[in-house]
Amino acid sequence: MDLELSDTLQNTVDKLSENFADSFVKVYQSTGDTFILVEPHNIVDICRYLKEELHYIYLNDIFGIDRFTTEDRFEVVYNLISLRDREKFFLKVRLPEEEPVMDSITDVWQSASWMEREVYDMFGVKFNNHPDFRRIFMPEDYNYYPLRKEFPLLGIPGSIELPNSTPDTE
Amino acid sequence: MSKTRLVDQLDSKFFEEHQNKLYQALEDKHTTIEMLDEDDPLNTKMVLNMGPQHPATHGVLRLILQLRGELIEKAKVDIGYLHRGVEKIAENKTYQEFMPYTDRMDYLSPYSNNVALCTAVEKIANVEVPERAHYIRMIGCELARISSHLLWLGTMVMDAGAVSFFIWTFREREKLYDIFDHIGGHRFTISHARIGGVANDLTDDALAMIKDFVNEFPQELKDFHGLLDRNKIFFDRNREVGVLKPEDALEIGATGPTLRASGYAYDLRDFSPYARYDEVDFEIPTRLEGDNLARYYVRMEEMHESIRIIRQCLDKLPKGPVRTDNAKQAYPSKDEVYYSMEGMIHDFMMTDTGICPPEGAETYHAVEGPKGELGYYIQSNGTGHPWRLKINSPSFKNLQALEDMLDGEMVADTVVIIGGVDPVLGEADK
Repeated sequence: MDLELSDTLQNTVDKLSENFADSFVKVYQSTGDTFILVEPHNIVDICRYLKEELHYIYLNDIFGIDRFTTEDRFEVVYNLISLRDREKFFLKVRLPEEEPVMDSITDVWQSASWMEREVYDMFGVKFNNHPDFRRIFMPEDYNYYPLRKEFPLLGIPGSIELPNSTPDTE
Repeated sequence: MSKTRLVDQLDSKFFEEHQNKLYQALEDKHTTIEMLDEDDPLNTKMVLNMGPQHPATHGVLRLILQLRGELIEKAKVDIGYLHRGVEKIAENKTYQEFMPYTDRMDYLSPYSNNVALCTAVEKIANVEVPERAHYIRMIGCELARISSHLLWLGTMVMDAGAVSFFIWTFREREKLYDIFDHIGGHRFTISHARIGGVANDLTDDALAMIKDFVNEFPQELKDFHGLLDRNKIFFDRNREVGVLKPEDALEIGATGPTLRASGYAYDLRDFSPYARYDEVDFEIPTRLEGDNLARYYVRMEEMHESIRIIRQCLDKLPKGPVRTDNAKQAYPSKDEVYYSMEGMIHDFMMTDTGICPPEGAETYHAVEGPKGELGYYIQSNGTGHPWRLKINSPSFKNLQALEDMLDGEMVADTVVIIGGVDPVLGEADK
């Protein structure tokens, strides 16, 4: 597949594949956006390298995707922006269905904290070394991960404790 | 001293595990401060639960503050009280069907949200938008920005103590509501943008109203400035309050006016122009102080710039269609639907199946909403429904910054700082 990479992105791809040869999987483009797929085990070093050496100083977003496949079911995507080079790209890792666990990058960007909590809350991907690892939208007592594909649209009846709607009657 | 744990002191009724973990997290935050925890004979320490029904928190935001006298030692933000799972809903709707839900995300500027979704779908499905529609969208987005900033101005000044101001900004917002009523038929949740253009052209009435507004509003803005800029009470309540230093702003992930008030001129209208923002002149207001006053100046200047953009759009507004004339990509016009069989079939097909982006395509497109970068990531599986739709909402990121900004502030300033950050919980909670 032909890639149309800008100079900055070409440089990013070259440097990444050079310095993290064993983690680098592939790079592809879709509707003008660039996605770089890497192995999850080295993610903290890769992110630190991107931030400190290649000036991707702004972490725009982290989100999860449920691919609903037997292999590498979950994806975690990091949206990185370089304000100096006016460039952005997406760093992707894939995680297995059983025990999706990876390292937290809160040491690199403090802002990753809530975003990783959201991924955990919605998909059940766990992050090691996170300073405040809790659910973010759903209550802690909730036992499901709503954005997984097997979770029904209408929710699971009785899964969430609701206040008494007629408080006077108790 | 027998130091009891927070968890034991505070008895929680609902979601026990959730509450306990939250209190635990508050206790664990910055564990180094714990060293100061001496005997407390005057009982100056307390944990204050603020919200989710607190009127000054702009929605259902819940803050848990650990106070030492009047000082906030540490703060935790609890969100999710307005979580409706719109991303899950999106996966079960066609792209056009999902658009009214975006109105209810950032309900203070629905127009920007509509445009954000439509531009993302247009990018992934490769839909051309007519020139006139671009300009109408820009006018709508800038009006929405003014509307959102007016609400922020009114509530923020009200939080600082001046209630009458709220009524004056709402008088201006009322005019904007009337304009939106004439543009799209709705005052509040407009849903005017369509994939491939906008729902209908601007009427002469609407155009005249926009022109009137653009001519009258700068004078109002000047009056607002005159009232606040040299107002000692307002100044003292906002200066050096809620400071977000430039070196921390990116690190903590602030966006929009909050980021620009801390020194970074990051504005998507300039960073990666969408619609026709590359054809109009405007400045990106920035400040270096990073306090609440800086955010005030940035937003006030943004309203000036919005007026400037609308003026240029009105001058440049080209003639032509407002929606792409391709039945596979956009709804046909109502004339066609009522008077031709093909039109009706196409209308039905668009409603039933919708627009189908290529299989496996992924895209991210963001617009500069009033609160900051508002982005939509869409992954398609070739059907009319998105496989995954992720909303990158600015309020979510700014609220995370709020958690750190509150540490070390006075409790009386809490509402002012929240007002300065201007979160909308409908958007943060998704």
